[in-house]
Amino acid sequence: MELIFEQSVKGRKGVSFPVDNTSEAAPLPKELLREEKAELPELSELDVVRHFTKLSRLNFSVDTNFYPLGSCTMKYNAKGFEEAAKLFAPFHPMLSMLPEGEKLSQGSLELIFETEKLLAEITGMDAVTLQPMAGAHGEMTGCMLIAAYHKAKENKKKYVIVPDSSHGTNPASAAMVGYEIITIPTAAYGDMDLDAFKATLNNEVAAIMMTCPNTLGLFNPYVKEICDLAHSVDALVYYDGANLNAIMGKVRPGDIGFDVIHLNLHKTFGTPHGSGGPGSGPVGVKESLVKFFPSPRVKKNGDSSFSIAKEDKSSIGSVSNFFGNFGVIVKAYAYILQLGREGLIEASEQAVLNANYIMSRLKEYYDLPYNQICMHECVFSASRQMESGIHAIDIAKYLIDRKIHPPTVYFPLIVKEAIMIEPTETESKETMDNFIEIMIEAAKLAESDPDILRQAPLKTPVSRLDETKAAREQNVCCVL
Amino acid sequence: MERYFTKEHEWISVNGTTATVGITSHAAEELGDITFVELPQVGKSVKRSETLAAIESVKAASDVYAPISGRVTSTNETLETMPEVVNESPEESGWICTLEVENPEELKGLMNAEEYKAFI
Repeated sequence: MELIFEQSVKGRKGVSFPVDNTSEAAPLPKELLREEKAELPELSELDVVRHFTKLSRLNFSVDTNFYPLGSCTMKYNAKGFEEAAKLFAPFHPMLSMLPEGEKLSQGSLELIFETEKLLAEITGMDAVTLQPMAGAHGEMTGCMLIAAYHKAKENKKKYVIVPDSSHGTNPASAAMVGYEIITIPTAAYGDMDLDAFKATLNNEVAAIMMTCPNTLGLFNPYVKEICDLAHSVDALVYYDGANLNAIMGKVRPGDIGFDVIHLNLHKTFGTPHGSGGPGSGPVGVKESLVKFFPSPRVKKNGDSSFSIAKEDKSSIGSVSNFFGNFGVIVKAYAYILQLGREGLIEASEQAVLNANYIMSRLKEYYDLPYNQICMHECVFSASRQMESGIHAIDIAKYLIDRKIHPPTVYFPLIVKEAIMIEPTETESKETMDNFIEIMIEAAKLAESDPDILRQAPLKTPVSRLDETKAAREQNVCCVL
Repeated sequence: MERYFTKEHEWISVNGTTATVGITSHAAEELGDITFVELPQVGKSVKRSETLAAIESVKAASDVYAPISGRVTSTNETLETMPEVVNESPEESGWICTLEVENPEELKGLMNAEEYKAFI
């Protein structure tokens, strides 16, 4: 496919300007004039429309293809929720910041209040804030709340424990708030080594951050014990909710003993993400941490009206506006109401069943380093294929040729040549069977004709990109 | 010059009170094409097992840990513009920094070349 610059024809124009019959304007000062011509592409409007329509057809998305990108929960984003969000377009919650504005935005405020309550109910927490705009933003907010808790109690805390099977953003978020990170390795059973954790835990530990189920798609069997041990030294336990899709409605982190939690509405609660839309990373806490919540918050008054509560003195302050990514929140609220209690449970069950179906059918062909029933995703290794010189990346690129979005590769780091597959609950058996057949075909090609995999993708406008050059020479400026 | 290895795949070469640190050929191979090396600050003191530097590759970002405690005396500034040197020569010109040895006793806990070979 030609670049838009390559399609340029000298003198061709997209618009005709009217004849200029005004008197000559004073010329721009010399320092404001560019030295070289801008060399913009010269095309007709139709050329431009066709070019961008063609480009848009090359896009890979949940709406076009199976997208089993592990850890990302690329479930279908129902179009009806977009309509729900549009209904709120004339009632922006920001209205309530104007004098008498609260009266004009009661519906928006109620929706924020109700969504917080629903998420608290789903996770077993005492309160939820919708301010954070994304998962890692939620993590950092959670870590700030933990720091505020210890500061108020005059606890001398220095460390945050993070298992190496957690999401990579966890140590980064804790470090941003000023804690030192202690990493705990994974035991043979596929989760944080309990003995290593016990040996590490001390009075200076502020918190432990757990991704549960973890990045191997496994649920830690000792999670209750870990929470109790942490509490015995007044360390708080943080739940990274990025993988909540596996347990939604089945287990409530708050009931297990988690003190702080973040959710990814754009993963679990079916709102678009991955270039499809912005995120939302609400944070939930237990009662002892509510007073540190970001402010201002929406409150319900005695007469059932809603207003913006004034800042709490112990609040960590604002981490964004009080309504967060409001459009995303509306869609998540619609998702929760549409599925209801039973529907949310069923979604999780189906997500887990789908992942186990793929795992069971592919484990004959790919190494499965942690061979046990998984939760919402499974992690294979391409180590067997490496014997014929084929890496996880070659299999990923081959899938593109077969019209499937590659799974996550080389993550988690604790699995060599990792291939992390998360089908989600919204895929049919036929779609998964097709994927499984193609994965089996790739495994066979690795033995019989590895060059096909090494050269893939061949059906895309460009084949293998030089990822090293792209990372080493980060020249992203387009000089016109 | 004695050379020792860690379980985290660093090598350390000791010459009197000065030690040179880098990552092993095995680590460089596992990481794939290295795209960025974050060097430590000269003068910084580190304890054993603390983060000394960070390496990013097309596959992953990982920390380089201090094999022993000490003060950073110099860094391989070539890596700032040419991180690929770590891939090309991880155990020679791809060295990361030098340390002033604080406690030579700590070296006893590390592996020698043969032990490391058996370990990987």
